[in-house]
Amino acid sequence: MTSIPAAASLVTDATQPAQSPLRLSWQRFKSNRFAMGASMVVVLFILMAIFAPWLAPHDPNETDLLRRLQVPVWMQGGEWSYPLGCDALGRDLLSRIIYGSRVSIFIGATVIFVATAIGVVAGLLAGYLRGWVDAVISRLVDILLAFPYLLFAIGLMATMGPGLQNIILALAYKEWVIPCRLVRGETMALREVEYVEAARAVGASSFYIMAREILPNILSSVIVVSTLRIAHVIILEASLSFLGIGVQPPTASWGSLVADGRAFIWDGWWVSTFSGFAILMLVLAINVSSQGLRDAFDPRLRD
Amino acid sequence: MSLAKFLERLLQLIPVMLGVSAIVFLMILITPGDPVDIMLGEQQATPEQREALRKDMGLDKPAAQRFGHFLRNAATGNFGHSYFHRRPVSEVILERLPATIELTLAALVIALMISIPLGVLAAVRKNSWVDRSATLGSLLGISMPGFWFGLLLMLVFGVWMQWLPISGRSDMASQVPVVTSFLTVDALLALNFKVFASALSHLALPAITLGLPMAAVLTRVTRTSMLEVLRQDYVTFAEAKGLSPRRVLFTHALRNALIPTVTMAALEVGSLLGGSMIVETIFGWPGLGRVVVESIFTRNYPMIQAAILLYALTYVLINFLADLLYTVLNPRVTL
Repeated sequence: MTSIPAAASLVTDATQPAQSPLRLSWQRFKSNRFAMGASMVVVLFILMAIFAPWLAPHDPNETDLLRRLQVPVWMQGGEWSYPLGCDALGRDLLSRIIYGSRVSIFIGATVIFVATAIGVVAGLLAGYLRGWVDAVISRLVDILLAFPYLLFAIGLMATMGPGLQNIILALAYKEWVIPCRLVRGETMALREVEYVEAARAVGASSFYIMAREILPNILSSVIVVSTLRIAHVIILEASLSFLGIGVQPPTASWGSLVADGRAFIWDGWWVSTFSGFAILMLVLAINVSSQGLRDAFDPRLRD
Repeated sequence: MSLAKFLERLLQLIPVMLGVSAIVFLMILITPGDPVDIMLGEQQATPEQREALRKDMGLDKPAAQRFGHFLRNAATGNFGHSYFHRRPVSEVILERLPATIELTLAALVIALMISIPLGVLAAVRKNSWVDRSATLGSLLGISMPGFWFGLLLMLVFGVWMQWLPISGRSDMASQVPVVTSFLTVDALLALNFKVFASALSHLALPAITLGLPMAAVLTRVTRTSMLEVLRQDYVTFAEAKGLSPRRVLFTHALRNALIPTVTMAALEVGSLLGGSMIVETIFGWPGLGRVVVESIFTRNYPMIQAAILLYALTYVLINFLADLLYTVLNPRVTL
């Protein structure tokens, strides 16, 4: 009996244009309420970063010693114009958190963009050409994987010195390994399939095969992994800034905001608590969205 | 595993370890500016002293020769002089390392003790409230920045409730003889429970801060692999034979399900070593990680170089040991 509705749907499907895989994935993603909610949160954070100057109620670096460690609005003595209170220099915490989102999102996105570009190219070359190219790239990957991530970044930041550009470099130097390994593995599997062999048989160049036959087929897993890795990079940047070797004062970064509040944990608990909560919310939202993306692109992976 | 396979696997470690040493060596080379200036930092020096230091560091020789020198020194445990501590780097490392190992092991124990039972329970009772809370909990644990989690624990249990100390190792360390340099173990060996309680209470918050995020990762892995194993034919067969569910679970399923957990635990040791630097800084734990972080600000490069090399090589070795452990857990797996 159950076969009848299925057969009926087959008939209706046949009368309509075929659905593209991307469209099907999007429909699956849309029906996942958690993932949709989480990606809305991510979009809100991105908008917050872009429109920070219009959203922040105060200048994030404006100090007012009379408002030193002013309490949040719901506590005795709080004010509506400083809803989350102030830090130890009397700067508005909400404004600093809003501006801090710029650093986190910019670094997260830039590092992942650079690392994915390098990793995809290196992975395609290693997986398709094999031979000495693969040997060199794979050894380098093995060696970089041997370093604990944060340790590697700390070592590089210690020698290169702090600053936005150096953070991006220090993280990208290691991050490209992740997409590279993924792409190499999938490329090795794909170079043996029939349509790639067919392309080779008609004389397509290696470049053409890598770019037009293999790359489109591995793009979805690259996207899924990259979005997940943005969350990781954001936490790493925050950790470096927390240690004081990342983004330098007075620029507000979520990690350095938590560090600022650390010395005043007794009488200004809100500074660290709310700044860290912002990191948690963004990272959580990215993690849930990327899980939703994975399920949407490849429903077989769901357990 | 045969001896030949073991040796082959061991030999494969050599190029990786050489590569790791090369990168650590290169980290100093890529530094803009004169290495002598970097070594000297804020200190003033006469041209003669600078020249002596340049000779001392072997900077008058070509880079390849210097790398050979670096390797030879590293192999004999000679990492140069910590200008800041005015002592050899190796001495500082030996003094600080036990505290870091104690903290890391405690975190590992916490992570395994939570994640394995929780992961198994979540898989056996799939979609129950246990499963749902375990999934939610590990999602939170994975998304939580470690340094913030540490500060929250400090705020709640140290500052507000005042249950646990928030800084240092223990002020009673001198009351027990040093045997293992792990204060908790030394106190137990001396049967001094007062010191043990003090050492344990100081260890609690840093170890939980370091261990819970790892537990989050491992719970997920254990749950997924347990679900996978429970679907296998041999589990169905064991059930069909009429074995008790407990027996099937613990003797048939769990052993295989733990293989991915072991891999992941070994990989996560990297996060523990990195995380220990942050946790030690937050809680004033007198380990090597804190020295590394302090060394950044005092530009104490020999110290940083040595610690990074040590951590990375430890990490490589631990992953090698994890590979060996598979063959114990599942003799059919060959390296």
